[in-house]
Order: sequence, then C-alpha cells, then structure tokens
Amino acid sequence: MYTAPFSYKRASNLTEALSLLQQNPEAKLLAGGHSLIPAMKLRLAAPPMLIDISKVAELRGIRREGEILVIGAMTTYRELETSELLKQHCPILPQAVQVVGDPMVRAKGTIGGSLAHADPAADLPAVMLALEARIKVQGPDGARVLEAEQFFTGMFSTALQEGEILTEVHIPIRPGARMAYAKFPHPASRYAVVGVAVVLDGNTVRAAVTGVGEHAMRLSKLEQALSGQALSAENITAACQGLLPADHLNHDLVASKEYRAHLVDVMAKRALMQAVGL
Amino acid sequence: MAEKNFGKPMKRVEDPRFITGTASYTDDLKLPGMVHAAMVRSPYAHARIKGIDASKALAHPGVLAVITGQEMKDAGIKSIPTGWLHPGIKTPPHYAITFDKARHVGDIVAAVIAETRQIAEDAAQLVEVDYEPLPAVSLGSDALKPGAPAVHDDVPDNICFTWSIGDKAAVDAAFASAYKTVKLHLRNNRLVPNAMEPRASLAQYHPASDEYTLWTTSQNPHIHRLLIAAFIMGIPEHKLRVIAPDVGGGFGSKIYQYPEEIIVLYAAKKLGRPVKWTARRSESFVTDSHGRDHETVAEMAVDQNGKITAVRVETIANMGAYLTTFAPAVPTYLYGCLLAGPYTTPHIYCHVTAPFTHTTPVDAYRGAGRPEATYLLERLADVMAHELGMDPVEFRRKNLIPPEAFPYQTPVALQYDSGNYEANLNKALELVNYKALREQQEAARKQGRYMGIGVVTYIEACGLAPSALVGSLGAQAGQWESALVRVMPTGKVEVFTGTHSHGQGHETAFAQVVADELQIPVEDVVLVHGDTGRMPYGWGSYGSRSAPTGLSAIVLAARKIVDKAKKIAAHLLEAAPEDIVHEDGKFMVKGVPDKAKTFFDIALQAHLAHNYPADLEPGLEATHFYDPKNFVFPFGTHIAVVEVDPETGKIKLLRYLSVDDCGPVVNPLIAEGQVHGGIAQGLGQALLEEAVYDKEGQILSGNFLEYALPRADDMVQIEHDHTVTPCPHNPLGIKGIGEAGTIASTAAVANAVMDALRPFGIVHLDMPYTPEKVWRAIQHSRLAQAAD
Repeated sequence: MYTAPFSYKRASNLTEALSLLQQNPEAKLLAGGHSLIPAMKLRLAAPPMLIDISKVAELRGIRREGEILVIGAMTTYRELETSELLKQHCPILPQAVQVVGDPMVRAKGTIGGSLAHADPAADLPAVMLALEARIKVQGPDGARVLEAEQFFTGMFSTALQEGEILTEVHIPIRPGARMAYAKFPHPASRYAVVGVAVVLDGNTVRAAVTGVGEHAMRLSKLEQALSGQALSAENITAACQGLLPADHLNHDLVASKEYRAHLVDVMAKRALMQAVGL
Repeated sequence: MAEKNFGKPMKRVEDPRFITGTASYTDDLKLPGMVHAAMVRSPYAHARIKGIDASKALAHPGVLAVITGQEMKDAGIKSIPTGWLHPGIKTPPHYAITFDKARHVGDIVAAVIAETRQIAEDAAQLVEVDYEPLPAVSLGSDALKPGAPAVHDDVPDNICFTWSIGDKAAVDAAFASAYKTVKLHLRNNRLVPNAMEPRASLAQYHPASDEYTLWTTSQNPHIHRLLIAAFIMGIPEHKLRVIAPDVGGGFGSKIYQYPEEIIVLYAAKKLGRPVKWTARRSESFVTDSHGRDHETVAEMAVDQNGKITAVRVETIANMGAYLTTFAPAVPTYLYGCLLAGPYTTPHIYCHVTAPFTHTTPVDAYRGAGRPEATYLLERLADVMAHELGMDPVEFRRKNLIPPEAFPYQTPVALQYDSGNYEANLNKALELVNYKALREQQEAARKQGRYMGIGVVTYIEACGLAPSALVGSLGAQAGQWESALVRVMPTGKVEVFTGTHSHGQGHETAFAQVVADELQIPVEDVVLVHGDTGRMPYGWGSYGSRSAPTGLSAIVLAARKIVDKAKKIAAHLLEAAPEDIVHEDGKFMVKGVPDKAKTFFDIALQAHLAHNYPADLEPGLEATHFYDPKNFVFPFGTHIAVVEVDPETGKIKLLRYLSVDDCGPVVNPLIAEGQVHGGIAQGLGQALLEEAVYDKEGQILSGNFLEYALPRADDMVQIEHDHTVTPCPHNPLGIKGIGEAGTIASTAAVANAVMDALRPFGIVHLDMPYTPEKVWRAIQHSRLAQAAD
C-alpha cells in the first residue's frame, strides 16, 4: 500500500530538529527508515510529517571520552560493524550487528532508531542491557541520561518523552571483558526469535534476552547463578536450564512459549561459551 | 564449419534487459488516459454479503466507478470455467466478483476504478460492505465431516469430485498376502507460489472496432483469450488480443484465468479508458492459486525378496474455494498415474477425494501432482527399507525398472518412453561417494552429531501432452503445440511459438536449435512469443512442455523450410532436388561444393521469385502443429545431506547432488539453472514454507515476515551432472527439465531429515521440518526412550 500523505522536513542541526518536533508533536523522526517506512506502508503508522535527522552532524560519530564510548544516534549498523574503536573496546556490538537484517538494512539502519523504535525482537536492546549502557536524550528542557534498564518500557515504547530525541549511547569501557551475542533468527523475517547478549566483566556476569516478551530484559537468574564463579562448560550448562518460565513468553507461529523458553537456555549457553572461548 | 549451438552453455539473450531494468513487464506499461483498479476483498473466509455501500468511495475525488458482482452478472459476464472435467465433477460458478457470499479471504467483493492507483487503494478502504460472517472450514478433511459448512450451496457435502485409478482388488489381495507392509499418514503442505513479479493486467477497449487488448501476466495467452472470449465475456474471439509481455516467473500460478483480468476488461469498456491492476504482495498471498495441500494415507507392500508388490494411496486433495483452470487434473492424472515411480510395482491403486474449503484455490505449482507422488513413494521406500534392514539405496536398486523393459507400461496408465535408471543411480552414488558419506554419518553419530542422507530415485511425466489422450481423460483443451518459422528476404528468421517464456530462457535455447537446423548464425534468429495477435494458436508453457512439445514443433517447421530451400536451390543450381545437400550453411550439389547457394541467396530469391520453380509458391515460411505421441519421462537421482542440531531442531543443508536425465541438453547453463531453482523450491517446501490457515480460514502466514522462502544462505553449492537417455518419440529426443528439480528435491531433503532423526526412533514427521517441530519430536522420543 501507499503511505498516507505526509510532509517532509530535513533538519540541519539538533536545535532545528528539536524545534520542528516541538512545533509538530504528531511528526516522527526519520533516521534509517527501515522500520518506520514499512509501518507507514502498512498504514500502521500515519505521521503527518517526517523530520529527517540523517544530516544532523551532532548525531554522528563514535568516539572515546575517557572510559566511555560515545556513539551518535545516527550511527549506522555498518559503521558499528566496521568501527575499530568498537572492535577493540566493545566487540559485542560489531558482532551483534552482523546478524541484524541484511546488508541494505545495515547500510541505513541506525543505533538510535533501533533503540527508540524498541521492537520486542530487535537485537540491540539486549546488547545495551547486557552492557549496562546509558542512553542520552535531548528535549526542549535539556538533556537527560537514562540507564538502559529504564529505557525500554513496553512493546515499541520507551522512556522517551514528547519532544525528545535520542542523541547518544554511552557504553562504559570494561577492559578485559569478554562478551558475545547469540541469536536464533526467525526463518522468514530474520528477527530474533530469541537473542541473548552476555558480558563477562571480571567475576560479574551480565546477560539480557530479546524476542521473548514485550521488551528486552535482563536474565537475573543467570546472572546470579554464575556471577563470582570461574566459568566452565559444566557450570554454564548447569546454569542455563529453566532461565525463564514459559508461561508469560511470546507464543506464535514460529515458536511456542515452551520452545522459546528452551531457546533462551540454549542461546544463553551458546553466548556464554562463545564469550569464554569454549 | 560452424560448431553446433545445441549443447552450448550460451548466455541468455534475455538477461541483459532483465538485469538492467529495461524489460517491459505488464506494470511498466502506460497508456494515454490509463486509470487504475483496486479490489475490495473479503477479510472473512466465509460471509454472506448483505449489502455494499459505495457512496463514500464514489464521493472520493478521482474515483470513476465502483463495480459490483451484481452489475457484472447483469451485464452478462459469466462464470470462470475450469479446464478439466472428471465424470460427476461439481463445478459451481466462479464469478470474477462474487455477489452472494465471500468464500475465501481475498475473494473480490467490489472493484474501485480511479485516476491513480493511490486513489483507488484509498477509496477501496471507503467501500462499506455489510458482511454476515459464517462458519468456515480450511482443512480438507474437516470439510468432509458431517455438518461442515458448505462452501457452495449446490455442493452441500463439499465434494467437488472423487477419482481413482488402478485395480483395487488386485492391490488389496497383494496387501493381504504381503511379506511386509508399511503405512504412513502424510501431509503435503500447502504452498504459496510467490513468483517474483506480482500478477498484473492492463485492458484497453477500442470502440471504433469494438476490439479489446489485454496485457496480462500469463503463461498461456491463447488460453486466456479462449476462456474470456468464448466462455466468460462473449467477446468474439477475433476481437480480443491477449499479450503476455515480459513475465517475471509463473511456476504455474500464471496459467489460470483470474478474476482481475475480467474486471479490467469490463471496466475498460464501461469507462472508455484503459484500466490497469497490479497485485500487492499481500494480495498475491491470498489470490494466486496455491500448491499442494494433500492429506494422504500411503501404504506399500513387499515380498520376502524386498520387491514392492503393491502401493495403495488414499488422498484428500484440498481444492480451495473455487476451481481455477487446471485444478482437477493435478491431484488425479498428474498424481495417481505417477505412483509407479521408477519402480516395477505391479499393483497400484489410488483414490482421491477433492473437497472445497474456504481457502484460496489450489492448482498446479511447479511439479503439479508429481512432487506429491514422489514424496510419498520415496518416504514409503525409506521406511520400508529400514523395516527390512536394507540400505535405502539397495532397496531402490532392487526395484528399479531395468533398461531393457522400455517402453515400460505401468499399471497406472502411463507408458514410460525411455529410461536407464540404475546407471543414473550409480553415477550419482559415485559422484557423491556414497560409501564415504555413510562412514561420515557413522562417525558423526559416535560424536553425538546427527547427519542424515536422503537418496531419491525419481521419474516424472511432462511434455504435455497427447491431445486425444488428455481429451479422453477430461481435458477441455488440446495439448499439441504450434510453430511458425518465417524467413525474411535478408535471411533473418522469426520463430513464432505458442509456448511462453517467463524465465525459462526460450529466446536463447530455441534460437540455438533453429540456428542449427537452418545452419545460420544464432544472432540471426529471434523468438516471438506471448502475443495472440502474432503467433499461431498455442497452449502456452507449463508442465515442462516447451522443449519436448514446443521445440519439436519448431524443429519440424524449420525442417520444412530446409526442404523448400532445397527445391529453390535445385532450381537455381539447375540440379534435381534429391541431389542437393545442406552442409556448412550452404545448399550445394552433392559432390560439387562450388555449385552452392547460401541461405541468404535462397531467402532473397524466395521473396523475389524472379528465378524460381514454376510449381513452387513464393515465400519462405512454414508452420507446424505438433501433437506428441506420449508424455516424456525425465528421471534421475538426487542426494541430500543434512545435519540436525538436536538442541534447537534446526536443520542445515550440508550437500546436495543431482544427476538428472532429460535426454540431450539444449543449453546446459539454462538446464542447470532450472534444476537449481527447482531444488530451491523443493527445499523450501521441506524446510521452510507453509501456507498456514487457522480453523476459521484466516491465513496466518500471509506475508514475508511469516512465510519463509529459501534464500541464498539456506542453500549450498549444488553439485549437478546428467546422464543422457534420449526420448524415442520426438525429433530431438529431448525431455523437459523445468520441474524435475522440485519433484525430486522435496523428497530428497525429507528423507535426509528423517534419516538424521532415525537414532531417535522417529519414523515420520510432516513437512516443513521447522526447528520446533523437530525439537519436539526429539524431546518426545527421548522421553519415550527413557520410559522404556
């Protein structure tokens, strides 16, 4: 189908973007467009105006500020995948984006778009939770920084308030951390049926899962079971059993809730084994 | 002496326009004054239409008309007929726009015509239809239960037809006295064809001459012209021209006469403006006729030597809500008659019940009946081999029809023309190194890895068809094929064929053959297809008929040209026609090479007729209508190797090898491409694809987020070779290859998966082998084994 009619404005800087958004509260921001435009073509979304932020320079770039990696919201998956800084200090990101979509999606889709759209089966939200990343948003009244865990509030909904734009993602550098993302893709859509991200930081295990509920969430049972231990194939396998009760998990054509619960155990195990190098 | 083109892997001449975006598909066409149609489709599988309020739609700026089924019926537009009739078959009406009830999700209830496609689509949302939803049924066996809602009022039991073939008494006796029998309950999963190009139609009415032109995505324009003119719209046949321009894939789905074609023709005359309709993919999912959808009980009996003595099959074949053009033939003559496979089984019986359901119509889809037959035969063979403690290859070898038995009369009507099955099997086994594969499998099992090998020996019947034979079986059409070869004064050649190329590369392959026959450069030959205004009458392309039937007609027409050319040469060279030979591109007096004329000389003189035989007509063109004496029977061996991840149930294809025999191969590049595509589609059915309906007839897998088509990373590099066993009854000895890949691959992948799961004691699972299905089967069997 065609989209409903809409007008288009391109913001040349962040101030202009914020001001356009404030003047047009029904407008939506256009970043890579690979989630928004398909939704508009299905008439699931019909914003009267699109505000294109792809040329806003303040939203681009990956840099190191002390012990934090700062990633601009408009950074594409392709840029994440090829960033030397990320490969060195946060390899789970380049690894995870390789299994997002396809090359066309990766050329256009952005980290800011992925997080703000908050698809329950998107890959990056799980990665952000496992990294305990922080998300910076800017609104008419200034900027605030949110913990990843506060950011994802429901299916396609986040803590972004009206008039706010997600501007940066801040990832703490954890020297020596081992990390991996394991995904079981839907055979048709290639979205995550289940995706598990793990970050092993010294003795601390942080893990998060996507695809199973309304939004990505931490796997606290796993974190408690393995934190403070030296990891081996045996204790990883033992810990990755019944991580989530099947009852409230997503249940659909490709995976029942029981199978999904099982996949969480399997993908968690695989992510851990990969991170540990087994 | 120029080399022969036959057998050359020539790159396709059609490809440059396809891959540079300069092809001309139906949706690309623009006519002055053209307007657009959008269809209002039922969201219900079954509903009474109590009323239609089009006022809001009509008030929308740019809307020109809202057409209803009642309006078209009152205007005398008749029902769309089916093209194959069995004794006692029920053929309830199928109107382009339904007016009493919607019978499947997607059934058209009104058509909106507007200035632009966008306006038409927006206005279609404004048409208010008062539906009374009714109970619906989607599974064939459910439609046959007492009390099931009737799809058509005049078919209260939902049975469209029943059909059977074979000697039931002999089969039952063989089962009663068998050494061993196996029985399987099999589902052949319903598929959505999903050709890359969605269907489209553009109709234009010419008032001054009261003529119509229809451009449409068709595999067989003449069939459309005949059905529309003679059966549906009452247009004199000579006043309707149907043109299939570039068409992006069909796989059977573009054979049929669809409602939208009728609607745009009707609207074009009503409004006096050309009308175009192009499907959205979501429409394609629910309106392009689906494939397969069988529920089957299949049985095999063997004697103590492991020879198959009988096969008995009971099938419920879902027809969907309406009969499209080929539908009754697919689960009958293209299925039951194939149940000998390549084996010497003496007794076969097949009984089919075909119910209507509240789903998209089901009709031919790549293989059309033969994949269903091969699948059940090859599953039975593997299960029986295992029961007997035999290697599945050895079980097949024991039962293969030997080369000296041809032509081989099967117990299910078909007589196979030629075959050399064991030699083909041996070649495949050698190429794949079967012994090493089984050793690999053993080693993998010891490591707790589950590798599976599926070997399939198949035949298929294609090259439709001997007309009298199919006519006697219920076909409402001829199945011969036409060719017109026309030489121009400058020696260039146009070849008009009644077949249609929508991806098969005929423009290349057929030109290769004609160039060889006429001994001229291949660049001097052009193939014309797809236009009823230019070609002689033909029956189109499907059932892998274009080469064995279509090309045979072309070759025979070309040989008529050569015969005539010899007579002209004889006159010019003052010799007797019997003394003229055609060699090295020249017509010369035998033994006197410098007394020769070129093809160009002949072509020119044929048109000038200045120095010309008195008893010969001028011009140099010839027509031939070729009616094949029999089907043709390609065959081969396919071997699939898979690995199952028991933790997730996910299947990975490790290797795929096929050795196919379609007789001499015209263009190996094209033939291999056909096999690759066919294998991908069979793999798709086995591992990924299913058109899933809920019990109320709602399609749950109606888009590409849910319906998984195979992609490049689902495939492996296919290892491919061929053997050559010519067909004895057509001029080039060729057989078809378009569907063989799919016919074999579904079964090969299925057998490989089941072989991988054998250690778990799992006997049979239905396709598609989704990860969850496989995982659950493994879990279930582990629990059962633990309980023992």
